[in-house]
Amino acid sequence: MPELTKARPKYLNLAEIRLPIAGYASILHRISGAGLFLMLPLLVWLLGLSLGSPEAQETFRAVTGNIVVRLVLFGLSWAYLHHFCMGIRILLIDVHVGVEKQQAATSAKAVLAVSLSLTVLVALKFLGVL
Amino acid sequence: MKARIVVGAHYGLRDWLGQRVTALVMALYTLIVVAAVLSGAASTLDGWKALISHGFMRLLSFLFVLSLCFHAWIGVRDIWMDYINSVGLRLTLHVLTLLALVGYAGWATQILWRL
Repeated sequence: MPELTKARPKYLNLAEIRLPIAGYASILHRISGAGLFLMLPLLVWLLGLSLGSPEAQETFRAVTGNIVVRLVLFGLSWAYLHHFCMGIRILLIDVHVGVEKQQAATSAKAVLAVSLSLTVLVALKFLGVL
Repeated sequence: MKARIVVGAHYGLRDWLGQRVTALVMALYTLIVVAAVLSGAASTLDGWKALISHGFMRLLSFLFVLSLCFHAWIGVRDIWMDYINSVGLRLTLHVLTLLALVGYAGWATQILWRL
């Protein structure tokens, strides 16, 4: 086997990895999906409380009034919205819409911006500001 | 150009397609629920309960739950396949993921059918 004249770059250090914008949107799709999966028990539990007896609904109000739970729910709102927007981008690319490099970069930026903006709206709605 | 012959059990294509179909089901359901919430139908918990208790809505919610669990199975399985090299550990995680998702599906279905 011929010797390699130069060591190939192996960027195993996460802090050294540089990705194009679509790469960040993509890994966030995976991270948001994993987060939603891990938090599914909380979400199903809250669904059950919200649709339960008046006592259960009282528990729902108390639990969702907790600051830590609220922060988790805002995070999950972002995860859902990012996964949703990025999913639409992936479905469009599947049918060959926006495959070009420049379009793909623009759509990735749009996904990041739209999902963050919608998360702020959801949080404001939840807090009763809107 | 010679047509590429895809060999194998086709489970790759099936899963890929399944992930997309379930994504569309969930996206449509999300838009329906958001539209209902924005119309003020769920401004109180009782309104929310009435919305989800509606027979048609309950069926849609059930389809959403099943779609979510199938979608999550493929996605989480892909994560284990990408990062977990040990076969034993990966298999264990696959089984735990499946059991958890089937359990969540049953739990959520029970919540919907109790209404």
